[in-house]
Formats: sequence, C-alpha cells, structure tokens
Amino acid sequence: MAEYLEEIAGETDAADPTVGDTEISNYTINFGPQHPAAHGVLRLVMELDGEIVERVDPHIGLLHRGTEKLIEHKTYLQALPYFDRLDYVSPMCMEHSYVLAIEKLLGLEVPTRAQYIRVLFAELTRMLNHWLNLGSHVMDVGAMTPNIWMFELREQAMAFYERASGARMHAAYFRPGGVHQDLPPKLIADMADWLDTFPTLFEDAMSLVVDNRIFKQRNVDIAVVAKEDAIRWGFSGPMIRGSGIPWDLRKSQPYDVYDRMDFEVPVGTRGDCYDRFMVRVEEVWQSAKIMRQCINDMPEGPIASLDRKVVPPKRGEMKQSMEALIHHFKLYTEGFHVPAGEVYVATESPKGEFGVYLVSDGSNKPYRCKIRPTAFSHLQAMDFMTRGHMLADATAILGAIDVVFGECDR
Amino acid sequence: MASPAPVMASNEGMIDAVNSALGASVVAIVDAVGEISVTVEREALAEALLKLRDTPGLEYQQLMEIAGVDYPERPERFEVCYHLLSLTRNHRIRVKVTTDEETPVPSVTDIWPVAGWLEREVFDLYGVLFAGNPDLRRILTDYGFRGHPFRKDFPLTGYVEMRYSEEHKRVIYEPVKLAQDFRTFDFMSPWEGAEYILPGDEKAQGEAPGAPTPLKADEIKGGNAPPKGEEAAATPKTTEDTDDTGAGEKANKKAAEKSDEPDVPGGDKDG
Repeated sequence: MAEYLEEIAGETDAADPTVGDTEISNYTINFGPQHPAAHGVLRLVMELDGEIVERVDPHIGLLHRGTEKLIEHKTYLQALPYFDRLDYVSPMCMEHSYVLAIEKLLGLEVPTRAQYIRVLFAELTRMLNHWLNLGSHVMDVGAMTPNIWMFELREQAMAFYERASGARMHAAYFRPGGVHQDLPPKLIADMADWLDTFPTLFEDAMSLVVDNRIFKQRNVDIAVVAKEDAIRWGFSGPMIRGSGIPWDLRKSQPYDVYDRMDFEVPVGTRGDCYDRFMVRVEEVWQSAKIMRQCINDMPEGPIASLDRKVVPPKRGEMKQSMEALIHHFKLYTEGFHVPAGEVYVATESPKGEFGVYLVSDGSNKPYRCKIRPTAFSHLQAMDFMTRGHMLADATAILGAIDVVFGECDR
Repeated sequence: MASPAPVMASNEGMIDAVNSALGASVVAIVDAVGEISVTVEREALAEALLKLRDTPGLEYQQLMEIAGVDYPERPERFEVCYHLLSLTRNHRIRVKVTTDEETPVPSVTDIWPVAGWLEREVFDLYGVLFAGNPDLRRILTDYGFRGHPFRKDFPLTGYVEMRYSEEHKRVIYEPVKLAQDFRTFDFMSPWEGAEYILPGDEKAQGEAPGAPTPLKADEIKGGNAPPKGEEAAATPKTTEDTDDTGAGEKANKKAAEKSDEPDVPGGDKDG
C-alpha cells in the first residue's frame, strides 16, 4: 500500500478524475459455512464486483445425514422420529406429511378428535416456526430486540409441546392413525388462555419493525420475484404467496379437518422480501384463529384409530387383555405391514410444500421414502434473486427464504 | 370417511386426457391409491412434460419433485419420478421413466429451471445421468465422495468414516470400523407366507417316532407321515421282479434252494 500511495502522490488532474484509480477485477468470497446469518451450514460461493453480487453458487449438503436411506432400514414407526429432525424448527409439520402418506396407503380412517389435535398442533408449530424466522430475519438486517422477544413466545409455545408430547422439540407426537396421547383438559384450557395473552408481546415486537424506516430500506424491493418465476422455480408456501399467488395447500388440498376451518390466505403485492416477511406475520394471526376454532370445536372421542393392526392398544387395556398384549408386542417389534403401492403426499408446512413420496413393497419397512424439502427449490433460486444486489442484501434474502438445513440436506 | 390425506381435484377423465395428449410415448398409465402415474418412453420425456405443462386441460405448471428409486432386480434398475402440480386445476400427476447406470435421461432444465438441483440430487445419490443438465455436479454428499449412496447395493454404513486427527492436524478418512456388527432383523412372518424355511421350522413337519433324526418323517420308511398320495402310487417300484432289476435267471439253482437249517440268524425270514 505504501508504494502505491507514493506512486499516486501529487497526481491530480481536473480533466481526468480517474487518475490514480486502479482497475479491480471480480473477486470470490465464501459466505459461510460458519456464518451467523447463514442459518446453519450454508456455504455460498459469491462472485462480487465491488459490493455487487454477480453470481451465487450455494453449496449445500454439509448436514446430509442420509435420512432417506436410514428410513429404508427402519419400520414405519421407527422412521417417524427422523422427521422431527428434518426441519427441527417445525417438527410436527414434518411428521404430518409422513403419517398422512402412511394412512393414505393403508386407507386408514382417523378419528375426528385426532384430526383436530393434529391441526391444532400443526398451527402451533407454524407459529413457532414463523417466530424464529421473523426474529432471525429482523436480526439479519440489524435489529436485536424483536428476536429475543419472540424467543420468549417460542418458549411459551414449546411448553405446550412438552405438555402434550413430553418433548420440547423432537415430539414424535403424530402417529400413523392419530396422535400418541390425548391432551389433558387443563392443557387445552391453558392454550386457549395463552391465545388471548400472546398477542401483546407479538404486537410489541412487530411494532418495532413493520413500519420501521431502516427495516423497510433493507427489505422493500429486495429480490423481487415475479409470479412466473415463482412458478418456474417451484416455489411454495410464503415464498409463492409473497409473489402474489394465493396458493395454500390447506385451502386448495385440505387434509385432516382444514376443510372445516375458517381462515384467510395472505398474499403479497410486490414479491419482495418485505412481502414475504409480512405474509408470515399475517399467517401467525391466521394460525391463532385456526387454533381457537380447533379448541372450540374439538369433539370428544378416541385420539387414534381403533384398528389394532396399526395402532397399539392403551397400556391399561394391556393389563387385562392377552390379545392387546400380543398386538402391542407385534407392533413394537415387527411393526405393521403397508400394502404395496406408492403415494406422494404434500402438506403445507410453515416453509412451503413439504412432500413425502412413499414407495411400499408390502413389507414393514418403506422401500423408498423420498422427502421433498421446501428449501431445496427456494435456495436454488438464490442465484437469480441475489444477482445485482448488494452483499448485505444476501442476508435479507436468505432470511426471507426461511431455510433450515436439517430439512434441506436431509 | 377415508384417510385424511390431502384432497385434490378428481382423477376422472384424466387418464384419457393424458393419453390423448401424449400419444404413443405412453408406456403405461395407472390410477392407484387416488394418484395417476404415467410411465413414458425415456427419449420422449422432455416432450411429454412440455405437453403436460402446455396442453389446455392438463396445465401442470409446476415441477415439485424428482425422485429416484432403485430396483436392482429389473433390467433397467432406476426409476426417475417427476411430480407435477397444476395450480390452476389443483391436481397432481407423476411421470416416470426408467434407466440404467449408463443411459442418460433427457434433462428438463429448459422447461423448469428448478430441475437443475433436483437432477443433481438424483445423479449424486443414484448415479443416473441427465443429458443436457449444464451443471451436473454432486450436491448432497461430501466433496470428493465416491459412489452413489442411495443405491440398494451401497451399504448403510458406507465405506469410509472421518475424524479429526490430532497427529495430522486435519480431518482424515479411514475405512469404516464397526464396534458392533451391523444388525438387520428379518421380520417376515412364517405364518404369512415366507418362501424359505426359518431355522428350526423343518421340525414342524412331524418326526418319526423315536430318537430325533435329521430326516423328515416322510423320508423314513414306516414313519408316521401321511402317504404321499396319487404320485406315490403311480410310481412303480423298480425292484418288484427280475425284469425290473435286470438280474436275470438265478445262476446256480442248487445255491438258490433254501436251506433247512437256519445257520444264518434270520436267514429264513428274509425270503
């Protein structure tokens, strides 16, 4: 540097202001895999022209664990907890696709109460997921406080997870045929109370950002995705709704009791990062609305199918009935057999369409279980979304994609 | 009430519509478990998918997923399944092609850019080649990984394991060492038509009276196994008389006469 300064010392020319400027070529930097804004183990190889991003090559797979291969070597029930570990921010929504796929192959009916419980917890999970994403998105663009407030909200919601399933995150609560255990009345009452109290904190947190000038400068008109692009790149969930397409699998292809629920599908108008953020904010309110309906309308009854060839009996029954004991033993050693066939079942996970393509050969283990992650197609579009933006915008774009690598890499 | 799986638009009439749109490239089309699967000729894949996207009345705008499946016993072992979604008609369809280790499948990255990574994934995990994909690199496995891990003949444990070596001051790869043998349990129930005999089950056929023997009951003369029925009666004994045995006349008539004195124990009983 010293030589360079000596070289240009005293050189000024009013006619040619570029004297002393040096030509710089594009350079490549690594963003991640160890970066707080990379949302896990994402490595972005970025080609920069100054501070403008010319090209992005996302390298994924650093968290690849071979989940699909492991599932091929487990019985259907043993494979269920792997789904919690895919998108570990919304575990029950991952289980939802899988149990629905098994039930579709089996042609198994599920009692209404179980369906209500599933919808109730799927929506609680959606709120959990969105809170983490909204908080981290806000933090990626420079604000700290809302993130911490929303972790408090997550903490309250995870207490309900724990009271229902025994685990704060990896619940393994949805089972083929229903759910694992019934909800105590006190838990349902507490959830109803909480639905009345949580809005204060959430509104406070959002009031700090949604009309904030700095926040808007960082998000409005960043990574605008047109409707056609959203379709071509296989977008789903808040990403496709942010682009203005009112596509929500809960509405268009209702599963469980979503057809009985009254809720709105928020869409964006411009297709930028701010729209995606606001779609998620509104979805939290809609989820709360669905949860209230579930709590009000939930009927009494069994919480899992009474087909003893799939769903194990209650423990109390096992103390009395030899047959129940045999069923329990068979289901937890050999497991149940699923008729040969193949299904693709997709549900609206908080991040988008989460699909399970299940191929059964008639045995007690899946022949093939292909998981369709949401982040895969969204992250692939990172290149065209980031092109021409500043380096600092990459974090905002990544935050608005809402990527979790447990699910992306599987 | 059926299973609570997602409900989409009806499949009614879809098979005919797909058949007439795709014409001769359709190999098979089935409607099973409420889902339509079309198998098409491998060479005609890109054309068929384009027709499925653009034909009015089909309108599958989105490619949601490409899944590889391995059936090692088939002549063309890999199946590549394309899952399409129609946003306007609210319908899904599955398109399949088959291929083997060497034959490439035409890429559909020109139709849907999202296919780029999805094809890379199938290539990485199964080794299926895609002709026309501009960026067919590995995607999920490690840098420098060898093999295609989701093939059925790739072991679950893999071949190498890695650790940080304090000696070399870097991550090193070593052959997999299992502290415990890999256990795989066979859950086929002998009551539901297993095709082989489980160890110990051979005894279930009924034993001859007396000491245990490796022979089955029906292999022992005088055993208590049921007679073999029609087949047994129809087969003649081959030693009924000399014509069957080919022994011919007795060579020495004198020697053939029976002795009066039983000098050999049991000799007179044999006859």
